[in-house]
Amino acid sequence: MTATVEQPTAPPGARKVTARSLTETVFRAREISIAGCLVLLVLGTWAANHRFLSEQGIKDLLLNASILILLAVGQSVVVLTRNIDLSVGSVVGLSAFACGKFVSGTDRNAVLALLLGIGVGALCGLVSGLLVSFGRVPALVVTLGMLYIIQGTDYWWAHGQQINAADVPASVLDLGSGSVLGVPYLALIAVAVLAAASYYLRSYRSGRELYAIGSSPEAARLAGIPIRRRILAAYVFSGAVAGFAGALWLARFGTVVADNAHGWELTVVSAVVVGGVAITGGTGSVWGAALGALLLTTVGSVLVVLKVDSFWQSAITGALLLAAISVDRIVTLRMTSALRKRNARHVHQV
Amino acid sequence: MDQPKSAERPVLSLEDASKSFGAVRALQGVSLALFAGEAHALAGENGAGKSTLIKVLAGVHRPDAGRVLVDGEPVTFHGPSDARDAGIAVIYQEPTLFPDLTVAENIFMGRQPRRSFGRVDHRSVRDATQALIERLGVDLDPGQLCRGLSIADQQLVEIAKALSFDARVLIMDEPTAALTGAEVARLFGVVRTLREQGTAVLFISHRLEEIFALCQRVTTLRDGRLISSDPVDGLTEDDLVRRMVGRDLDELYPKQPARIGETALAVRRLTREGVFTDVSFDVRRGEIVALAGLVGAGRSEVVRAVFGVDRADAGDVHVAGNKLPAGSPTAAMAAGVALVPEDRRQQGLVMELSIERNIGLTGLDRLGRGGLVRRTLERGRAADWAVRLQLKYNRLSDPVGVLSGGNQQKVVLAKWLATEPGVLIVDEPTRGIDIGTKAEVHRLLSSLAAEGLAVLMVSSDLPEVLAMADRVLVMHEGRITAELPRALATEESVMAAATGRTAGGEKAA
Repeated sequence: MTATVEQPTAPPGARKVTARSLTETVFRAREISIAGCLVLLVLGTWAANHRFLSEQGIKDLLLNASILILLAVGQSVVVLTRNIDLSVGSVVGLSAFACGKFVSGTDRNAVLALLLGIGVGALCGLVSGLLVSFGRVPALVVTLGMLYIIQGTDYWWAHGQQINAADVPASVLDLGSGSVLGVPYLALIAVAVLAAASYYLRSYRSGRELYAIGSSPEAARLAGIPIRRRILAAYVFSGAVAGFAGALWLARFGTVVADNAHGWELTVVSAVVVGGVAITGGTGSVWGAALGALLLTTVGSVLVVLKVDSFWQSAITGALLLAAISVDRIVTLRMTSALRKRNARHVHQV
Repeated sequence: MDQPKSAERPVLSLEDASKSFGAVRALQGVSLALFAGEAHALAGENGAGKSTLIKVLAGVHRPDAGRVLVDGEPVTFHGPSDARDAGIAVIYQEPTLFPDLTVAENIFMGRQPRRSFGRVDHRSVRDATQALIERLGVDLDPGQLCRGLSIADQQLVEIAKALSFDARVLIMDEPTAALTGAEVARLFGVVRTLREQGTAVLFISHRLEEIFALCQRVTTLRDGRLISSDPVDGLTEDDLVRRMVGRDLDELYPKQPARIGETALAVRRLTREGVFTDVSFDVRRGEIVALAGLVGAGRSEVVRAVFGVDRADAGDVHVAGNKLPAGSPTAAMAAGVALVPEDRRQQGLVMELSIERNIGLTGLDRLGRGGLVRRTLERGRAADWAVRLQLKYNRLSDPVGVLSGGNQQKVVLAKWLATEPGVLIVDEPTRGIDIGTKAEVHRLLSSLAAEGLAVLMVSSDLPEVLAMADRVLVMHEGRITAELPRALATEESVMAAATGRTAGGEKAA
């Protein structure tokens, strides 16, 4: 038996507006603040060294960021479902090497190379995805294992050789260095993939379901969402994007050795988290993740321009990561308690 | 039993359903029929099989034997979505929503209206949600995130979801457990309207008065078996309780006389900034002192500070005359204080660990030597307390998570009583547990007090407070506003103090 005391209810309109704008502000805030950081960083560096924003400087910035942005998009889709894919760095390496082997010394078409890269990546993603979704092995373990397996395969296959730029057909290399109106192809490709992924996540049922799975797996199960299929698809996508990025890596650098993109998986995860995709899934956007990737690569370029020792780059990446996670945590707590208090003002209970 | 022999066909029915989990037979040959426009209550103690029955109807479990029929046709649900497609909506005690998504998305997840190229039509989703909310006559915003919504609002979102797919059957598993009176009234209003529009409702609650207020028919389960299914009219609460527990409930609140001894726990001017202020009281041996008040008055926070889980900013706690160091649960335990927390799942138990391990946790240093735990001692201690508290279990090595709520609460009690405390603090000892176990917990507390234990009980259950306590301390906004001896404690006096009006004051309701 409960006895209740009703407090005068607040005018409903007031509550609605504030609750809404609060949550919306928080989500926009992340993207805007990263963009703000970027602008400050770029302008500050430009002030110190005007060449930083020359045509070539901008082009370099974009080129450096493109591959990481692609990987961040793939990773975001996996992280949204409350999983992680640590194998992407190795996939890039394997795919780049496979594509290199495929085109080296021939006149094969760049498109074929890209398709091959996507295929190799998708296959790796499929294996990880099957183990995570149907095998129910924790994602961290599966993808860490895949990281070593793929890397090992790559080393075994490469056997110390490397693909030389001289052997790579011009059509492939053009893809990596060419540009339209000063914007590199690579950047255009990254933005296209980014826009497509963002549109898919926002506008398709299966895209929304990825958010739902990450937000509450239990609720997703009760809502009848095919969780395992969706997670599998997320991994295949992440793998395919990584494979695609590997092919682009070949196009960009021409020279490929077995341990390309070694250690990139952690940079990618950092970019995604800095960009506001919650590591516990359910929130964030691929745009945010892409901005995170852009921020991390820009920090790297800035340090070079400012002639700062490169080991600071790791430290700064780490600091950004911790800052991002702390901010997330604080914002979530604040928001939850603010919303609770607003609700609590309505009714009290014995 | 006496099902209505009307020409009407049940919308959803269960025939002779059985379901076992390992050796536990959760359901044995249970039948149930739900009719359009009828609210049907499911009564029974914790562990009687109510949750299993619901999960069978919801497509979460498949019955080992027996059939589920929709409109008289046998069906097999392969998963929750099959049940949903058949028009069955289930609202669980803890609503399962996506906290990071909006109200509108939660309602239409996986079923969003689409426009060209299979894209989600966000505008339709929003408009449809607005229409549902208006139909329910409640104040929710389709664009609001579900994170931070109160339990009551979350349930309304679930009901809106049920409406959105024109559910013909609405199953509610203890929806009112966490609601306030006003929220319950609002929920019942909505449910009554739905019922009048022809929805069949299956309603579960431990609060008997709610069953009488809402339902036309009540089915009682006990130990996984069907006991009876009768119209609510003509039934009394006592009839229902007898069906549920299988015996007359001699006394729900057995209070034994106890000899009040010297002061066991003395709290002096305890303060935690912004939470509670200047709290002083004594609890003496043999005495049950209740801490009453509204939710949020700071009662749980006070006992947490007394036990040292939270550090108090000022004030002292004395146990048997000795001052406890601040903020040290270890010291409190050593001094003979035990705290049975409010939330047994989160704070009271390690759900994955076995019964014996859980009971052993509070005495690891006494269950062996040199840092090693002797399994035989651990098991002995657990078996001893399981018998003393009449715990219903299969094996002591079973995880605590498989026990019913009432039995879980007994394990928490056993875990703390095994430390042989001089002061027992219990926070909401009977929340969410069935009447039979509730009476057992009351009997236990009463007999413990009679043996000389000092008991401090935080409770929101007013009849429990009035019946069990020798003294009632009432808190309001972080302060103790009244100390009422048993003779002066009434619903009116406690409520008056809890709401900040002076006891027996001029405008007391």
